[in-house]
Amino acid sequence: MKKRSVVRVFVGIALISVAFTGCTKTKSKVCDLSAGSDTNVIRVGEVGSMTGSEATFGVSTHEGIQLALCQANAAGGVKGKKFVLYSLDDQSKQDEAAAAMTKLITQSKVDAILGEVASGISKVMAPIAQANKVPMITPSSTNPDVTKIGDYIFRVCFIDPFQGYVMAKFAKENLKAKKVAILQDHGSDYSVGLAKFFIETFTKDGGEIVLNQSYNKNDVDFKSQLTAIRAKAPDAIYIPGYYTHVGLIARQARELGVTIPLMGGDGWDSPELKSIGGAALNNSYFSNHYSAEDKSPAVQTFLKEYKETFGKTPDGLAAMGYDAARVLADAMNRAKSLSNTDVRDAIAATVKFEGVTGKITIDKERNAVKPAVVLRVDNGEFKYQSTIHP
Amino acid sequence: MTEFVQHIVNGISLGSIYALIALGYTLVFGILQLINFAHGDVFMLGAFIGLYSSKFFGFDQNPSLGALVLIMGISMIGCAAIGYCIERLAYRPLRRAPRINVLITAVGVSLFLEFAGQLFLGADPKFFPQIYQPAGGDMGAGALKVNPLQVMVLVISLALMTALQYVVFKTRLGRAMRAVSFNHEYASLMGIPTDRVISYTFMLGSALAGAAGVLVGLIYPKIEPLMGVLPGLKAFVAAVLGGIGNVTGAVVGAITLGLAESLVVGYWAPTYRDALAFAVLIVILLIKPAGLFGTGRTEKV
Repeated sequence: MKKRSVVRVFVGIALISVAFTGCTKTKSKVCDLSAGSDTNVIRVGEVGSMTGSEATFGVSTHEGIQLALCQANAAGGVKGKKFVLYSLDDQSKQDEAAAAMTKLITQSKVDAILGEVASGISKVMAPIAQANKVPMITPSSTNPDVTKIGDYIFRVCFIDPFQGYVMAKFAKENLKAKKVAILQDHGSDYSVGLAKFFIETFTKDGGEIVLNQSYNKNDVDFKSQLTAIRAKAPDAIYIPGYYTHVGLIARQARELGVTIPLMGGDGWDSPELKSIGGAALNNSYFSNHYSAEDKSPAVQTFLKEYKETFGKTPDGLAAMGYDAARVLADAMNRAKSLSNTDVRDAIAATVKFEGVTGKITIDKERNAVKPAVVLRVDNGEFKYQSTIHP
Repeated sequence: MTEFVQHIVNGISLGSIYALIALGYTLVFGILQLINFAHGDVFMLGAFIGLYSSKFFGFDQNPSLGALVLIMGISMIGCAAIGYCIERLAYRPLRRAPRINVLITAVGVSLFLEFAGQLFLGADPKFFPQIYQPAGGDMGAGALKVNPLQVMVLVISLALMTALQYVVFKTRLGRAMRAVSFNHEYASLMGIPTDRVISYTFMLGSALAGAAGVLVGLIYPKIEPLMGVLPGLKAFVAAVLGGIGNVTGAVVGAITLGLAESLVVGYWAPTYRDALAFAVLIVILLIKPAGLFGTGRTEKV
């Protein structure tokens, strides 16, 4: 009997835990975006990594989206209807994201989906949106395959061939690098794609890739890879990974006496990058969607409003979330009706939308065409370095 | 040549981390013949206790060696308490049950700690504060670089190994442990409080995991509730490689595994890093089931 009671306690605790995790609802700090009794509303679904290994991506994007939708509601909404946001956490996991999508579409009956940041997760979500003919805009998934899934899938960011091109060009022209080593996360669609496009551009221009190394998502020790890279004496290392790995890699590289510049992509853009990497990240560069140092009025207004609401400087992913939600609102405004097909057509017809992250034009492949910025990491601050146009 | 020596240095330092975790595994197995799968998760809790206690004392602002010793002490005591609770709640009620029941319970405890950890500690990685920064910066000659912290981990693993050998072979408690290990029922007939000895064993093993948690946090300052899974498995492989139940074997096995991983990643394909660890396990079990230092137990029929 005693045995049983112990087991019961454990099962009880486990069930409670499941119950708790099952219904994490994010409360909006900005305005009330929850569904009330009013049914004459526009339901927007969001799937994001609010927790897990890429948690700051989801949190930033979520804040950007809330800010945009609240502003749209304050201005009277779209076609007399207010926006309602259904936001679900996928814990940075693909299977959770798929479950969240199904829940949003079948239970919450959303009119459009915003998300995800990580390309690997967006690729799981997109087929579900496409099958149900629900328009989906990913704020910042840069892998080209994401929007190839179907004509209901859009993005408001540039794609990896361009991002890889930007860093290859920057390495060659600004850093004067001739030999570059690669360190990629071979389990991540984002990282593998970015590495591939970087190599294509860099070698086409006569550069040399001296070593192409990889790591696993669960690794915390990268010294063996870095030792092998050190032996090839490259001029720079390209690390197209996510911030949690990059911080540790930078630290271990400096411990091994590797002082050459490290380079990466928008996966580096997180306030957590500096807490893990610290001073080891000095002399590093990454491509990103926008710079908070941009003096244009669009960026400065956004900065001010975001700071007033959330008390911090928005990162690139917050800006992308903001732009994604605004592109959606703009398209719904222009659409003939709020039917899925009309909204889809209106998003596809977006031309030169004045976003925080640049002028957004949706091309035939449903990707956004826009410039990228290169940022330098300097004692945890991201300093503007240059802008590279497509 | 420097590259090769650097790989060896990296391998030994990686191995010494596995060794710290493997010691706890092997101790519990040696006494109870129980593979405590929750060990890697106690190690994770050790890192989190270290994180929150250093924040509590404000050591993230002013690092010192004293801070490290204190935090390690707190974490070891905390983990010993957790180890006691796990044994008391999950394993003791099953003392007379078949061994497979206990094994499955161990897997259950492990999953419970991992996911309760995600619920209460949050699933996002946390930064472990630099509570100790060795003076003098980097060690090493020329291009060869050695992180002083990792030298410290190696020294601590070897010291703990010696201390464990002493406890197991030279103290009253150790004699009681060996007696319980030899035959649990006879030991209790001889007046040995077996339940208490087993509790002590768990507390000792968990305290080692706590120490490992703090040291790993210091070297790889990214900690999360699932951080114990893979190192736990690797340490288990290391313990089996050295002969599970054998203290020296655990350390030698761990360093061998660290070296093998480092060389595979450095000279071959990083993709095979984890595959290698488990391939090693399979090969050892085929060729020398008792491990490098293991002595096959002869059982009277």
